[in-house]
Amino acid sequence: MAMAALRREGRRFATPLLSSPIRSSIISHSHEEVANGVRSISTQVVRNRMKSVKNIQKITKAMKMVAASKLRAIQTRTENSRGLWQPFTALLGDAPSVDVKKSVIVTISSDKGLCGGINSTSVKISRVLHKLSSGPEKETKYVILGEKAKAQLLRDSKQDISLSITELQKNPLNYTQNVEFDALKIVFNKFHSVVQFMPTVSTVLSPEIMERESEAGGKLGELDSYEIEGAETKGEVLQNLAEFQFSCILFNGVLENACSEQGARMSAMDSSSRNAGDMLDRLTLTYNRTRQASITTELIEIISGASALEG
Amino acid sequence: MFRRATTLLRQPLMGATSRRFSTDLPAAPVEDSTFVEAWKKVSPNVEAPKTPLAYMKPRPATPTSLPSKLTVNFVLPYASELSAKEVDMVIVPATTGQMGVLPGHVATIAELKPGVLSVHEGNDVTKYFISSGFAFIHANSVADIIAVEAVPVDRIDANLVQKGLQEFTQKLNSATTDLEKAEAQIGVDVHSALNSALTG
Repeated sequence: MAMAALRREGRRFATPLLSSPIRSSIISHSHEEVANGVRSISTQVVRNRMKSVKNIQKITKAMKMVAASKLRAIQTRTENSRGLWQPFTALLGDAPSVDVKKSVIVTISSDKGLCGGINSTSVKISRVLHKLSSGPEKETKYVILGEKAKAQLLRDSKQDISLSITELQKNPLNYTQNVEFDALKIVFNKFHSVVQFMPTVSTVLSPEIMERESEAGGKLGELDSYEIEGAETKGEVLQNLAEFQFSCILFNGVLENACSEQGARMSAMDSSSRNAGDMLDRLTLTYNRTRQASITTELIEIISGASALEG
Repeated sequence: MFRRATTLLRQPLMGATSRRFSTDLPAAPVEDSTFVEAWKKVSPNVEAPKTPLAYMKPRPATPTSLPSKLTVNFVLPYASELSAKEVDMVIVPATTGQMGVLPGHVATIAELKPGVLSVHEGNDVTKYFISSGFAFIHANSVADIIAVEAVPVDRIDANLVQKGLQEFTQKLNSATTDLEKAEAQIGVDVHSALNSALTG
């Protein structure tokens, strides 16, 4: 009966004792409390961390769902637009290593962040392309689509950026701005699957270079064997062809990059919420240990106090 | 315990990366070797990007004798209307007039104006009104037709066409700047082509 009374007393004392800090801390988490001259085993710190990690987990899960639904919508459009660049490659081949005086690198990137490493990959590839195509008498310029590549390329290649376009979602592309080029290299991430994106570079040549290459032979050598129908001169038709090719490839490139962006965001947010879940598990264990340690300490002190009174 | 389940579920996904999209082409591993080598010299740590050649399905070679059918690929920015369809003849609206394409046609690059594209397969004729684009006819009897917009002819409303024609002729008469004139002229061209598509 005395033990029951003691136990009741213990419970009554336990809660106010926890809040009035006169305990020695044995867990490292309460080091901050010790510094102030107040010693207790407080679970408050751990509880705050747990709350914030749980919020982060919810947010990243929601972002993943949003990215997944956007991906589904844009994936069908991308698949349908894949037929667009094939005829041009069938006709003109592909000449990424063509030697030209003026090359323009069009880097397609996203406006928003939190999408994994795809923008850094595009920028890395653009930089190497710049190095590849620079030399005596050659100049290389950038045209940037999207905020993220602009931010990265502004840092070291500010003078080489001739044009930058952002907010593609709101303002659809219009080709009114003039950029002189001999060869255009369009860098984007091709959507392969939800977890894999292949960096790709598509080359578009200007009509003059097309003529030059077709005379030189090689892949474009067969261009001469094609009869030209329509318009007055071959030059005009080639001009229209180059422009049409550019817009088709850019259209497909922008769609593929958007698809890759959503897919990369989905996997980034997924791994982030899984990380948060792991952190939450670890924090819960720490929280329970702290809580149990403090209860044990209370009990020990009460019981030793009581036995000191008795004996 | 359930954490393991998610990692286990991810494994097949990773293994399935070797399987392509069902609509994507099987990758014939064709690479531009000069490009890859030049790349490696400049930057050996960064992997070279892929080029469209890597994603192209190989095209049939030029046959020695006249093939019997024409393979047509008709693509739009938002769909592939016809892909690798074997037909007898197509008539494309080139800027120089209606051009008929039969198997064994000489290789041609044709610029298209707004008009009717008709695909003849045996006794069926499918007509599309296209808004302009390009047509490539290759020596191996493969025809690629790329248009920006296409609509089957039976879905065109005659009244709207008349109204549009009148509206644009009015705009053409009252246009002041070159830009307005050009836009109005384009509208008139397209609508008169639509008109003749409906009647012809």
